[in-house]
Amino acid sequence: MTTPLIRVRELSLGHGHTVLLENASFDVARGDIFIILGGSGCGKSTLLRHLIGLETPLSGKISISGIGAPRLEGAAPRYGVMFQSGALFSSMTVGENVGFALQEWTELPAEEVSAIVRAKLTLVGLEGAENKLPAELSGGMKKRAAIARAMAFEPSLIFLDEPSAGLDPVSAAELDELILALNAGLGLTVVMVTHELESIFKVGKNCIMLDRETRSIIATGDPNHLRTESEDPRVRQFFNREAGGA
Amino acid sequence: MTKTREKAASRFDERLSLVAGLLQRFTWESTGNEQMKRIELGGSITIDDSAALWKRIGESISDLKDARSVEIDLSRIRMIDGACMALLVHFRSDVRARRIRCEFVGGAAEVERIVDLYGGHKKAKRKRTEREPANAVEQVGDATLAVLREIQQILDFFGQLVVSAILAVKNPKTVNFHDVGPTMERAGADAAPIVVLINFLIGLVMAYQSSAQLKQFGANIYVVDLVAVSMTRELGPLMTAIIICGRSGAAFAAELGTMQVSEEVDALRTLGFMPLRHLVMPRMLGLIVVAPFLVLLADAVGITGGMVVAATTLDITPTSFLIQLKGAVKPSDIISGLVKSVAFAGAIALISCQQGLATSGGAEGVGRRTTGAVVSILFALVVLDAIFTILLAGLGL
Repeated sequence: MTTPLIRVRELSLGHGHTVLLENASFDVARGDIFIILGGSGCGKSTLLRHLIGLETPLSGKISISGIGAPRLEGAAPRYGVMFQSGALFSSMTVGENVGFALQEWTELPAEEVSAIVRAKLTLVGLEGAENKLPAELSGGMKKRAAIARAMAFEPSLIFLDEPSAGLDPVSAAELDELILALNAGLGLTVVMVTHELESIFKVGKNCIMLDRETRSIIATGDPNHLRTESEDPRVRQFFNREAGGA
Repeated sequence: MTKTREKAASRFDERLSLVAGLLQRFTWESTGNEQMKRIELGGSITIDDSAALWKRIGESISDLKDARSVEIDLSRIRMIDGACMALLVHFRSDVRARRIRCEFVGGAAEVERIVDLYGGHKKAKRKRTEREPANAVEQVGDATLAVLREIQQILDFFGQLVVSAILAVKNPKTVNFHDVGPTMERAGADAAPIVVLINFLIGLVMAYQSSAQLKQFGANIYVVDLVAVSMTRELGPLMTAIIICGRSGAAFAAELGTMQVSEEVDALRTLGFMPLRHLVMPRMLGLIVVAPFLVLLADAVGITGGMVVAATTLDITPTSFLIQLKGAVKPSDIISGLVKSVAFAGAIALISCQQGLATSGGAEGVGRRTTGAVVSILFALVVLDAIFTILLAGLGL
């Protein structure tokens, strides 16, 4: 049995006095496309922020590649992160956004950084966009640029927060294809939060579903399997897009 | 005033009754006994009937004093639109608020869909106990606690910044020195015209106001001392700090606030950068470097303003003014102003960046924090000014 890339044990998290998740434990295998699911307000994005290391849990442990309590600042990034809005630095061009961390954390000459930037932008289908400002990009292009930035350090793990939110169906489908290609081609482990059922069934290999009422994980496994086999009415309701009662 | 309002309200009610009578196309029959009321509605009820319906509702409410339950029978309604359904749902809420059971019954499928849409079949929710409004003492207490919390957060941020600065000395590469230059340009060079204009006018006004008093005692020449010492020790640094607060302080808070709500600060952290060293330190360094230069400029133009007034209204020639100035201003006056300017610049950068990075809640949050930053900075400037004045006087400077 291989060691999981991410190991979460008895994790409790929340904001202030509000507890969103209690004693959650799960693993993410290498090469997985792992999806965090659940209704609005159940703590999906908060869980992702904890996995990334942006927030400290109330209790419990998170380890990535066997290293606990990931330290973000003061060192080159260990993994890539794409935020919901893309979060590109608005004062920099797309190329500068992608090459920014490379310039700061490596001794690579400027030409080499430029070459890497071009390669990363080509990888996400944005060749020739390096001199554009984020404001000149569409929503889908911003997200692609954010993935290129996240991929700058050749990470083996990438976190995506609602990658298809706010995109038209074509852009969303293209982004799904990109995620699948990165996973299959580079062996990239993907952890993502999404609501989009089409994306979930298309790209998801494994998932966990969070429940706001019980503040726990109510389902784990392959989303395509859970869709048909789960006996939990909350899981079926989610996958079958049924409106809530009362 | 009240009578006029009452008259207007009464005229409005009369017009409403008239319109209601003319337009009513539906039926409203009240049956049952005192305790079990049944209201049977019929016909077609659309927005044109809303005035009549509203009037009926108003009349019915007063008839329900002894009722324990009310049924609103919709079976004879041919058609009802959303506006009138909303009025009926409102009526039902009013009835329920009087602790009387009230339900819609018997609507046709078409009518039931609208009833459902407007939450007509939802069970009555227990009303939340509303918190009593806080009294004056409680409000003052809350406000005081909020101010103390704010001060605590600023001091906490200051502590983090000091620790980060000490650690940055060991590893200066982690500080974003690239942004110091642009900050100096924006906060310094770009602010020069407004600093010149404001301080020239301040010097001018001060000389003008004091000249009227000094003339009476034949002490015209002392206008030089008054303007020069006030500008160098007090007004030059303070007015410049206020201008920096309005321009750069607000800009820093809004910039960092926008970066915070658009997740750019989080993105920066995930790329390994420390917001304190990457965003805060360059802004603070930039301000601390340019503030003394702006204050020297402010001193010079403020004194020039005084010289213009002295020459035009007090017959003090520029040469006499400069000779008097030489004896009036000591180096310690200028130095104390410069020391203040550094402290003011540090406070402006510290508070504006702290407020910016504490932003949450989208565009509204950015606006709130920017306003908060400017107010806190102005308060801090006055407090710091008082502290420095007392300290420097104690040191004989």
